[in-house]
Amino acid sequence: MTVLDLTQAPARPPLARLALVELRKMTDTRAGRWLLAIIALAAAAAVAVFIGVRPADEQSAGQLFGLSQIGVGLLLPVVGILAVTGEWSQRTALTTFALVPQRLRVLAAKVLAAVVLASGFVLLGLALAWLGRLVGGVLGLSSGAWGIPLHAIGSLLLVEIATALIGVAFGTLLMNTPVAIVLYFVLPTAWTTVGSMVKPLRNASAWLDTNRAFEPLNGETPATGTEWARAGTAVALWLVVPMLVGAYRLLHREVK
Amino acid sequence: MIEVERLTKRYGPAVAVGDVSFACRPGTVTGFLGPNGAGKSTTMRMICGLTPASSGTATVLGVPFRSLPNPGRHVGVLLDASAQHAGRTGRETLALTARLLGVPSSRADELLETVGLAGKPAGRRVGDYSLGMRQRLGIAQALVGDPSVLILDEPANGLDPEGIYWMRTLLRGFADRGGTVLLSSHLLHEVEAVADTLVVIAGGRVVASGTKSELLAPTGRTLVRALDPAALYTALVSAGLTVIRREPPTSDGTGEGFVVEAPAEAVGRAAAASGAVLVELRQASGGGLEELFLTLTGRQAAGAVPSVPSSAPQEVLR
Repeated sequence: MTVLDLTQAPARPPLARLALVELRKMTDTRAGRWLLAIIALAAAAAVAVFIGVRPADEQSAGQLFGLSQIGVGLLLPVVGILAVTGEWSQRTALTTFALVPQRLRVLAAKVLAAVVLASGFVLLGLALAWLGRLVGGVLGLSSGAWGIPLHAIGSLLLVEIATALIGVAFGTLLMNTPVAIVLYFVLPTAWTTVGSMVKPLRNASAWLDTNRAFEPLNGETPATGTEWARAGTAVALWLVVPMLVGAYRLLHREVK
Repeated sequence: MIEVERLTKRYGPAVAVGDVSFACRPGTVTGFLGPNGAGKSTTMRMICGLTPASSGTATVLGVPFRSLPNPGRHVGVLLDASAQHAGRTGRETLALTARLLGVPSSRADELLETVGLAGKPAGRRVGDYSLGMRQRLGIAQALVGDPSVLILDEPANGLDPEGIYWMRTLLRGFADRGGTVLLSSHLLHEVEAVADTLVVIAGGRVVASGTKSELLAPTGRTLVRALDPAALYTALVSAGLTVIRREPPTSDGTGEGFVVEAPAEAVGRAAAASGAVLVELRQASGGGLEELFLTLTGRQAAGAVPSVPSSAPQEVLR
């Protein structure tokens, strides 16, 4: 029998193409589009409300930029979770992994797509911040600085990417939409609560609680070395560990 | 070309698929038959590298499925028509696959036309599709990469008679152009019209396999019914013919029939000599496969087995 000549066979899809496909999968379903629209609306609403209620001198573009990312940071992980768990709840994994048998390449593509999406929302935030400052200025409501420090953009970009990827990691680890979403929101809050109540844990929680560890990165003042180390530790716990365990599960599980 | 060699899947002590071997050749349609839960889907998932095999091997085009650099360009897979994202439109589902495989997106519209989902249905969300429409979409998705092998799990489920006819024509044409088709079904009649080769599986093991003509070959037996079954029976026996089985009366009131180990002419002469009025005289239906299959699927009506020769099911065992 003729055996397929693998050197002549159509090449495997490059990772960039897989990432673009995954990005498209995040945006081409009705649920996906609504979720993204709500995040964008939340960012715009936060900026608008702030302009309406706060004193003019507080209203710098940097301040508005930070505000625009609150809703993003809250909801973007859900996009990341759904990108992975949707494969199991909608059972599209049967097709996905039949077309791309190297499961880790699919996971890598989802990670890249989440990074692109997070970066997109940071860009949107920048646009909203300057647009808000402009409109606020015209209406006589804003008089803060126009400039946004580069380090603020950079650290917030990293926070958004990490947050989105924590969603992907939770989805990969748990492979179940409701469980992943509930645990994503409950676990860090529970950790924050316990950390603030139990004395010996208070120090540890500064390192391991994403809510506290990411906080210094959101400000307009640059984070210190210790603060970066804390954020890195929290990322290791909430992103790297579940992602690795999830990747192991993904490699070994039966797709049906 | 699909080659399955002693494929086995164990879940703890339970054997879902045991030692399954068969081959599907280019230019043929292989029907993979078995009752629900026989291990058909598990076998197909193992071929596609989705379920790890406990032992044994499966190759497609001579290589393990997972070694194909871009599997969708060689193998069209439809394992479950319902496994589509409900929130995506039919056209988008195909366009995504085309994008992934690196074929022009015009392929999506082309295939929507082929499977009869062009126009309005293409823009509807898959969640609003009927099962038959999902099967059509699934078949279109399997064809996006212009493959030479098709692996389809119960593709006729949910299709109306016209849809089943359409699918048969499509698969026949695919095989006649040199393609290899493996399709599963739990209904013998669904595949016997299109398959060249049959593999029957039950309890995770292959219980019969071979070409359709081998497995469904005429037996040289004749089914006969007369107005007066008792008189017919006497006539047959006195003519020296062997009655190997009695058939139950039909629902329209025709009495008991007999399966005779003789050609129709001999049976007809025996009846004519005795003056028995025949109401049915035909070749007994194909071999032991149907019986075997009915037994496996448990569809044989209770009491309808007056005297099946104990050798019948084994005839097709290999």
